[in-house]
Amino acid sequence: MSTRLAKGGRLIDRTKTQGFSFNGKRMTGFAGDTLAAALLANDQMLVGRSFKYHRPRGIVASGAEEPNALVNLGSGSRLEPNQRTTTTELFAGLEAASQNHWPSLEFDVGVANNYVARFLPAGFYYKTFIHPRAAWKHVFEPIIRQSAGLGKAPKDRDADRYEQAYAFCDLLVVGGGIAGLQAALVAGRSGARVILLEQTAHWGGRAPVDGDVIDGKPAEAWVKDALQALGEMQNVTIRNRCKAAGVYDHGYVLADEKVADHTPGDGRPKHRLWRIRTGRIIAATGALERPLSFAGNDLPGVMLAGAVRDYTVNFAVSPGDRTVVVTNNDDAYRTAIALKEAGLEVPAIIDARASVTGALPAKARAMGIRVEAGRAVVKVKGGKRVTGVAIGLQAGEGAVLDEIGCDAVAMSGGWSPVVHLWSHCGGKLIWDEAQAHFRPDPKRPPTNHDGSAMVTVVGAANGALTAAAALADVAAQMGGEAKAEAVEEAAMEPVWIMPQGAGPALKMKMWLDYQNDVKVSDVQLAAREGYTSVEHTKRYTTLGMATDQGKLSNINGLAVLAQSLNEGIPQVGTTTFRPPYTPVTLGALAGEARDEIFQPLRRSPIHAWHEAQGAYMEPVGLWRRPYCYPKAGESHEQAVHREILNTRKAVGMLDASTLGKIIVKGPDAGRFLDMLYTNVMSTLPVGKCRYGLMCNEQGFLSDDGVVVRLTEDSWLCHTTSGGADRIHGWMEDWLQCEWWDWQVYTANVTEQYAQIAVAGPNARKVLEKLGGMDVSKEALPFMAFVEGHLGGLPARVHRISFSGELSYEIAVPASHGLALWQALIAAGAEFGVQPYGTEAMHVMRAEKGFIMIGDETDGTVIPQDLNLGWAISKKKADYLGKRGQERVYLARADRWKLAGFETLDGSVIPDGAYIPAAGHNPNGQRNTQGRVTSTYHSPTLGKGIAMGLIRGGLDRIGEVVEFTKMGGGTVQARVCDPVFYDKEGEKGNG
Amino acid sequence: MKRYSVFAIAREAMSYHLGWERAWAAPQPKKEYDAIIIGAGGHGLATAYYLGKNHGIRNVAIIEKGWLGGGNTGRNTTIIRSNYLQDPSAAIYDKALKLYEDLSQDLNYNVMFSPRGLLMLAQTHHEVRGYLRTVHANTLQGVATEWISPARVKELVPIINIDGPRYPILGALYQARGGTARHDAVAWGYARACSAMGMDIIQQCEVTGVRSENGVVKGVETTKGYIGTKKLGIVVAGHSGQVADMAGFRLPIEAVALQALVSEPIKPCMDVVVMANTVHGYMSQSDKGEMVIGGGTDGFNNFTQRGSFHHIEETLRALVETFPMISRLKMLRQWGGIVDMTGDRSPIISKTPLGNCFINCGWGTGGFKAIPGSGWAMADLMARGEPGPLAADFNMWRFREGQFIDESVAAGVAH
Repeated sequence: MSTRLAKGGRLIDRTKTQGFSFNGKRMTGFAGDTLAAALLANDQMLVGRSFKYHRPRGIVASGAEEPNALVNLGSGSRLEPNQRTTTTELFAGLEAASQNHWPSLEFDVGVANNYVARFLPAGFYYKTFIHPRAAWKHVFEPIIRQSAGLGKAPKDRDADRYEQAYAFCDLLVVGGGIAGLQAALVAGRSGARVILLEQTAHWGGRAPVDGDVIDGKPAEAWVKDALQALGEMQNVTIRNRCKAAGVYDHGYVLADEKVADHTPGDGRPKHRLWRIRTGRIIAATGALERPLSFAGNDLPGVMLAGAVRDYTVNFAVSPGDRTVVVTNNDDAYRTAIALKEAGLEVPAIIDARASVTGALPAKARAMGIRVEAGRAVVKVKGGKRVTGVAIGLQAGEGAVLDEIGCDAVAMSGGWSPVVHLWSHCGGKLIWDEAQAHFRPDPKRPPTNHDGSAMVTVVGAANGALTAAAALADVAAQMGGEAKAEAVEEAAMEPVWIMPQGAGPALKMKMWLDYQNDVKVSDVQLAAREGYTSVEHTKRYTTLGMATDQGKLSNINGLAVLAQSLNEGIPQVGTTTFRPPYTPVTLGALAGEARDEIFQPLRRSPIHAWHEAQGAYMEPVGLWRRPYCYPKAGESHEQAVHREILNTRKAVGMLDASTLGKIIVKGPDAGRFLDMLYTNVMSTLPVGKCRYGLMCNEQGFLSDDGVVVRLTEDSWLCHTTSGGADRIHGWMEDWLQCEWWDWQVYTANVTEQYAQIAVAGPNARKVLEKLGGMDVSKEALPFMAFVEGHLGGLPARVHRISFSGELSYEIAVPASHGLALWQALIAAGAEFGVQPYGTEAMHVMRAEKGFIMIGDETDGTVIPQDLNLGWAISKKKADYLGKRGQERVYLARADRWKLAGFETLDGSVIPDGAYIPAAGHNPNGQRNTQGRVTSTYHSPTLGKGIAMGLIRGGLDRIGEVVEFTKMGGGTVQARVCDPVFYDKEGEKGNG
Repeated sequence: MKRYSVFAIAREAMSYHLGWERAWAAPQPKKEYDAIIIGAGGHGLATAYYLGKNHGIRNVAIIEKGWLGGGNTGRNTTIIRSNYLQDPSAAIYDKALKLYEDLSQDLNYNVMFSPRGLLMLAQTHHEVRGYLRTVHANTLQGVATEWISPARVKELVPIINIDGPRYPILGALYQARGGTARHDAVAWGYARACSAMGMDIIQQCEVTGVRSENGVVKGVETTKGYIGTKKLGIVVAGHSGQVADMAGFRLPIEAVALQALVSEPIKPCMDVVVMANTVHGYMSQSDKGEMVIGGGTDGFNNFTQRGSFHHIEETLRALVETFPMISRLKMLRQWGGIVDMTGDRSPIISKTPLGNCFINCGWGTGGFKAIPGSGWAMADLMARGEPGPLAADFNMWRFREGQFIDESVAAGVAH
């Protein structure tokens, strides 16, 4: 059984016990435990079920590479699925539940898959479930979906918050093992700004566990001194529980700090996502141990040798009372020695190498441990727990020579450098024959914009696996003095299958990817079937696609593939390393942008007044605008109709502050605007307004608005509310990229001004009541503006109209917006003033036949289609879109053109309706001849009116056409002039 | 070709699955072919398949620089739909959808086409009108789509937040026939079927030049030597510009990286595919349980197949807001695919200035769903030398003439 040892444990505090629960069972651990350590201390070896066959699984590793021991952590709004027990720090009250089983962990119906595993090899689903067609959707897929997945889907909104922060440095050192600490010390002493990150709560990595001696001190003491020295350097920042997740171009690193995972609910953000821009990255990310492929290597109790050592030394937890060690290298002997020193039994060390020499094996033998050279584990015995191993010759085919009873197996297939950060941005790898792993190829690093290396890899991550080699590597690459005492190790021997002559029956029990249940036989099947590219193998078998992203399985899988193909491992190559190194919580990536501050609202200066009046608001870009102001008992539709009629008969007020306002100024401003707009703006007299159209290079209409000539060299361009930022960007694009030598300056002053439209027959009376300015027809004619004071406020008053009524648009500095609005409401009371919303505005402009960008246009419409040829200058040599509009198809006479429509029965044409034409096209689709673009019930006219595009346009006035109705049927409408109201324009001019 | 079936699996299981044959052969190139397709992605393989199946042209080689299916076919978010606005788009995407519906049976390879239903959320009034228009257009095109209410959205997607403070959900455009398929399997299924017809799929073979005489293509230079051909089809997505350059013409195409990511797997929580264009994100749940999430394209040209980070951030902000329960899931893997974008965001299936040389490209962010239809139309074009109705509108000269097929009208972001 696995249990807590009576003494030892360098990371735990035995004075602080912490209660927690697993599957509802109450257990206790110590402060400093990981959840995995605490589970083992409570003899909970069985912790989960595998993905495909639902096999019982135990803890394999002691770090981020753990593929099996994933739990649902917490509950309700703090439920976190797939949490690795090996990286979860224990806290009092922790609740964990195992995953992927029904009805219970001990008895899982899904294990039926395991008994028919023979029929479920890699890719079996590509070869079956084909007939009958409907069965996939209705039968097979639902079953697969239910049995797949791992953790529970959360139901509630996340109760925690997440923070994001930026940091800058010259050197970012990733990894707080001895190589990373020493690299940070060297860099720190040079005066560089250094950030050092460590993903766990602890510093020093493996060296303290392995009992290394550095600069004459035990590693633990050296680490403590190093931390103190770093702490004293002003230019060095150190941060633990912070993992560098991904490296992006130009030295951009994403790091994920687990701020409060171990203190949930304490008010701090759960995670903090760091966006770090660094001059250079030093990756001291260490190495991961590989499993060995022998039959039954997935049974609970079979663990990585290094992990067994970690649990024993760090947490005083023994995974078993009797642990067999199986290895192809000397390092695993350290585990045997550590176990023995902890007073545990090691019945044998099974070493695949024919000859076992060296200091560590000698020490193990001296301690009385039986060492079996040239031997293999043929098979692990047991069900939900290891009970023993059968051993045979490594060179053999699996004949059993002996059986050894044990309750744990510590395996080591050698170590693979963690090269992820090197590889994320394209660093290349070389195959190291001697250590049988890929390590960074210093000749082919990921590069900065100038071709220099962006990442430097030191220590075990660079293939320098021992403490002595790691520090020597730091010294060689970065300078510095620290040295570790060398412990002689004999060469390892690559062992990819154990025993090497194992037959197919054994290979079907050799796991490569534990979580996804990919076995040696699956990779061989992929190779046999021609899925020989490493990417094909991965995708066909799902090797390396589990939550550990192949940290344990990839190299072993590659080796099996290479053997199957009779190729070298480097020829087969690796799959691509993608960020993140270990998964990052989506909430952390989203950061604080939640609820109200997810895309923060833009508010006009009058916004609060609208809300207080109970306006129904609609999103317009990032703004919210009043759609209408319903009174008690009124529907939105009724409110809109009232607002229109009131504006037409008395006077209405619209908050037009969101309208884009861009100042264009400079000696070349006129010339610039002449290129931007289809008509001429340079000739506009100071004090006048002109309606203008803007097209993109293709000729399609992109925005419209009134341009105002403020002074000799400055213009104010009004854009649509949604288009302000886009058009400002568009202007700058041309000024910065194409006409960089033109002297033009632009400023987006949309939010600097509040703008209020006062429209209706009584509009002038309202302004006159406010007083301070002559707003008579003579002093302020249509399409002119004056500046002065209105009701005591500095104002620019434009005579422009989007409603067709006598209308003033009054701009005041934003801070005066609400004051002006309230003054107008008060002044207008006796004239029947009422506010109106965007929908009334839309209907009124449609009654007038004014186009709306986004309704009449959709990116495929040119001004000529909208009968706006009058707004296109014939005199100008060029404007943006001119050449586009001259192309064959855009110049065709039979384009769909704007017309008005009135329904015969007075109903409203449905939004989006098309006008079908006779017959079908060669693809069997109904021919069409037009479509509606704006459609409303006009309260002014008391019927349905619409604007639309129809082949022939105004030539077809009087014709009756049919519009489609959703769900079938048609609406009949007569083609007419799109100007339904005040055709002569007397009202607006009045 | 041995047929796949449950019986075949049972039979092979008795011999430890040692008896399975290769899914596709690994031949050396012949001296000359009747047709060469450059690019063994989904579109290239489908082109070859329908050349053989529909037109009896089987002396065909498909040449691939890397491994088959390794480009955008193997790195997309697997969404299939045909609710397009413009007639030519709806025609070819719906052809594709119909072929997808029978593809597993046709290829004897389970591509796991799963018509789980797809909905595109409307979160502004403008979007509402846009999707209503699409429903009208789709009806006339014979593509069944419907406009559904927020309540129905919530019923189909229980994990959605329909009244978020920022962008409440006002309804959705729903296509019940839309869904997903297993992307790799589409490439593999076609590859197996092509190989079975005697076609040569030549992987790890890069085209380095196009040889022509008197304005007519003669063959291609490759890293495995010169290979002659009577007809050439260029189907290379992100690298179309480079190969077109070898063939002596230019394309109105730019290559940008499109971002995607997956979460760790969880138990089923969302059956349908949801696209939210206002906030730039889309999401579905794979059969494995991962949430598959698509984001936007980078604003700069590149060929690195890497993800940049800022788009992922924006996408996740939007999706956490729309589906609050995903906040505590974790991003497992993030990547980028190089997409070939045309000026109107619609593809090119076209003759070229070089005789007997044809091109199929420009699928941009929406190519996977089109694969069978694209292959069908391209095969037709290559076999007859003239485009059929599916391809006619997608000729490359439309940009010169201004006859755009602009889908950005309906879907502002991705399609």
